[in-house]
Amino acid sequence: MKYFGLIWKNVWRKKIRTSLTLLSVFVAFLLFALLSALGYAFKSGEDVADAERLVIIDKVSLINPLPMAYKNRIAATEGVHSVAHASWFGGYYQDPRNQFAQFPTDPYEYFSMYPELEMPEEQLENWAKNRQGAVLGRELAEQFGIKVGDRIPIQATIWTKADGGRTWEFDIEGIFGTNDPRGSTAFFLFHYDYFEEARAFGKGTVGWYILRVTPDADPVQVANAIDLQFANSPNETETSTEAAFAQSFAKQFGNIALIVTMILGAVFFTLLLVSGNTMSQSVRERISELAVLKTVGFTDRAVLGIVLAEAVLIMLMGGLLGLGIGWLLVQGAAQQLGAFLPGIFLSGEAILTAVGIMIGAGIVAGIFPALKAMRLSIIDALARA
Amino acid sequence: MKTIKQIIAVTALNLRNIPQRLASSVVAVVGVGAVVLVFAAVLSMAAGLERTMLSAGSDDTAIILRNGSTSELNSGLSNEQTLIVSNAPGVLKDGNEPIVSSELYVVVDVKKRSNQSDANVPFRGVQASAFDVRHNVTISDGRMFEEGKNEIIVGRSAQQEFMGLETGKTIRFGQNEWLVVGTFDANGSVSESELWTDVRVLQSTYRRGNSFQSIRVKLESPESIETLEQALAEDPRIDADVLTEREYYSSQSQGLVQFIKLIGYPLTLLMAIGAVFGALNSMYSSVSVRGKEIATLRALGFGPTAVLVSTVVESVILALAGGALGGLLAYLVFNGFQVSTLNGPSFSQVVFDFAVTPELLGQGMRAALLIGVVGGLFPAIRAARLPVATALREL
Amino acid sequence: MSETLATLTGVSKTYQKGKEKVEVLHNLDLQIPAGDFIAIMGPSGSGKTTLLNLLGGLDKPSSGTVRVGDAELSSMSNSQLSHWRSTNVGFIFQFYNLLPVLTAQKNVELPLLLTDFSGKERAKRASIALEIVGLGDRAKHYPRELSGGQEQRVAIARAVVSDPALLLCDEPTGDLDRETADEILKLLQILNREHGKTIVMVTHDAQAAEYANRILHCDKGTLEAREAV
Repeated sequence: MKYFGLIWKNVWRKKIRTSLTLLSVFVAFLLFALLSALGYAFKSGEDVADAERLVIIDKVSLINPLPMAYKNRIAATEGVHSVAHASWFGGYYQDPRNQFAQFPTDPYEYFSMYPELEMPEEQLENWAKNRQGAVLGRELAEQFGIKVGDRIPIQATIWTKADGGRTWEFDIEGIFGTNDPRGSTAFFLFHYDYFEEARAFGKGTVGWYILRVTPDADPVQVANAIDLQFANSPNETETSTEAAFAQSFAKQFGNIALIVTMILGAVFFTLLLVSGNTMSQSVRERISELAVLKTVGFTDRAVLGIVLAEAVLIMLMGGLLGLGIGWLLVQGAAQQLGAFLPGIFLSGEAILTAVGIMIGAGIVAGIFPALKAMRLSIIDALARA
Repeated sequence: MKTIKQIIAVTALNLRNIPQRLASSVVAVVGVGAVVLVFAAVLSMAAGLERTMLSAGSDDTAIILRNGSTSELNSGLSNEQTLIVSNAPGVLKDGNEPIVSSELYVVVDVKKRSNQSDANVPFRGVQASAFDVRHNVTISDGRMFEEGKNEIIVGRSAQQEFMGLETGKTIRFGQNEWLVVGTFDANGSVSESELWTDVRVLQSTYRRGNSFQSIRVKLESPESIETLEQALAEDPRIDADVLTEREYYSSQSQGLVQFIKLIGYPLTLLMAIGAVFGALNSMYSSVSVRGKEIATLRALGFGPTAVLVSTVVESVILALAGGALGGLLAYLVFNGFQVSTLNGPSFSQVVFDFAVTPELLGQGMRAALLIGVVGGLFPAIRAARLPVATALREL
Repeated sequence: MSETLATLTGVSKTYQKGKEKVEVLHNLDLQIPAGDFIAIMGPSGSGKTTLLNLLGGLDKPSSGTVRVGDAELSSMSNSQLSHWRSTNVGFIFQFYNLLPVLTAQKNVELPLLLTDFSGKERAKRASIALEIVGLGDRAKHYPRELSGGQEQRVAIARAVVSDPALLLCDEPTGDLDRETADEILKLLQILNREHGKTIVMVTHDAQAAEYANRILHCDKGTLEAREAV
């Protein structure tokens, strides 16, 4: 640590050059923060999934509905603790661009299925009592300025009402949050009973079922038992854990992760090149000074350490700043885009990875100049001065 | 004139000097190259998607959906309504028969080759007239499905992207087995991502009775869409949206294209800023390495303008070399690279190729030029202002 | 005569220059008593600097032994030599070799970073060393803000700050005007006489050599002694 003053002074030897290097490192890690937050959004669901929750969809396709009649049979299956269901409504609020998820469901069943959702007990009761009532997540409420007590219209794109209308009106009875920092609350829930009664077609069906297994049951066995039960019926099912379901859904988007990784690869390759070049330039310029350090009695290893530390320090300074600004931007983006692209989140894992990369990149960029500095022959170096 | 001569002379000197500071020059070139590469790669996704979606749409074909539907998937039309549309004014007739195709659009799970994971593949029920309302759709392999049978024909892109769709194979969706009897080609358009079968078979398999989801009609002329729209608006038995096929597909791709651009442009901008730092660094080091040379030239009587311009020119040459390299790499690696992704509105997969278009490459080179100029300017000013006497003594 | 500080026995040094071997020092014997002030003169390439490097543990002889104090330099490893240098020997160069990014004070402190002294103690010792060379008021200045003579004084302060017994000077006045050179040489003389430093100085300058107790002439790898007047 007592060498820090010396290292710090060396870092700032050429202010313009160091600033430029810092800025390119800054940009690289800003990109890292933004891209990894985006990548996280595409695989979100996966990490917030509950291992004891299973999702049941139609075997042919997620878009095919399942009969409402399945509910009691699922609930009666051994190992099933409780069942809830939901459907895709696919409407928008005010403007077709304001699309977010709306699910018709049963209030008590849904909230006990997702204990991570937090809403005052009183609001849940009010919702349960009001047939035309609905609740929505805090993210949405903040984005659209919707408050409890408002009456809001949702335009249907699929579900016309039996009377031919496409405008569904709801009384907002509650706003829920989540105790999982990575979980999204960008969705809207309303009564399945109201939906079922008012819709023009599709009666007697739900979109999918969610079930919780009993703590001692094996989720895989339960899933198999359910699928077997409905085999060879007109609506065969496919039951999977919430995580597997989220994962397979994320995979539908294709290799977004691969593309993000490739871009980051290009960025970091360039970054290493730029900063590595700067480091070796800087070492080349002060070969005689490094020789003086050795003459004075600094060991080879100390000189190696000093040069390496300089590189790592530059990476950390630029990188942490980039990560910090990136974090702020991600927070902002999560608020702005929450409804359309939920789950934008800079995970602790990504931050750790970034710090690891900073140190690693500093070492890689600094190691050749540092080795050169270490192996420096004092006599030759001084002779050159 | 004299200045231009000087600029050329000094630039030639600068360029001859590059091998002596190869490392920093290479860094500048690679930095700019990476910007153009990433730019072209990301935006070629948007370009490819747009091309796939828009080449399917023509102005003289209209698509009719239930009012308010955001895509065919959400739409629904009764048999009666399809008859109303068929007989409406503005629809082109072949003899006495209107050229129309009433279709059903569902989604089935098929495994993707790339990750062996289920993907929502569009499965369309069509009538034989489907080939008449669309451009350039032809059976390229095998034969057309027979009406009334569980036979499908598959788009060429779908066949390449998803598993088990080769001609002659049988594929199972739920309880039903389907025989793949042919492949169709649609000029790389979005139709190629789909599986087609007889609409009547699909109706009964998916218990849709006698309903459809969309009707495509050939228009007498692009202008007659208004006639059709008006006629349908006045008919109380139908409440429908009428769009040209081009409008429809452009609305279908808009979200994804916007999303890619929303990521691509800021990403490129950020990277470009990074590359400017790289170029600046390289040019500053070039100026400092050549300090003595510049001072000697100045002592010999070369003007500051020549020194300034030549430094900028050098930076621009390096940047353009990098841009060309990045663009070439993007073209070689990404152009024609096939991917498929879930397209929001229709909730189904669309297969498309990355398209590294000349426009993209042009934009990339312009960005490279800009980086070169900005990266060279400040070091050039320093070079031009270098105090001659000090520089000569120092080195 | 007082006890011997440094002894060179049968020292030869050959360098590989391209394909040729060049012998710089040939079978050299030399004893340096503690408290001595020796000037070494001779033409370029006569091996003066090599001799200095061997005494300072920067280089090892091809054959023969170099002993300074209790240390047998020719048999020590590089890191042992580094460690030894940090407390036993101080270097003074023609071009001062100060680190431009550090102030005078911090330059002088540099060798003390290798010790266990606290930051406060390091600062105190560096201040004392600067006082000794007469630059107590220039501690906060950077090398570029100092004159050549002042820079050399800072370099001398850096050489003595860890209180080594031996000071090795390579053309310490080669880059200075006569007047400044005399001041530097007087400073070295004071360090020799009042602080008991043993000094070995390589120089081209006959007037500079006069400040030493004795002058050795180095030529073609051998030494010829001539007592100072």
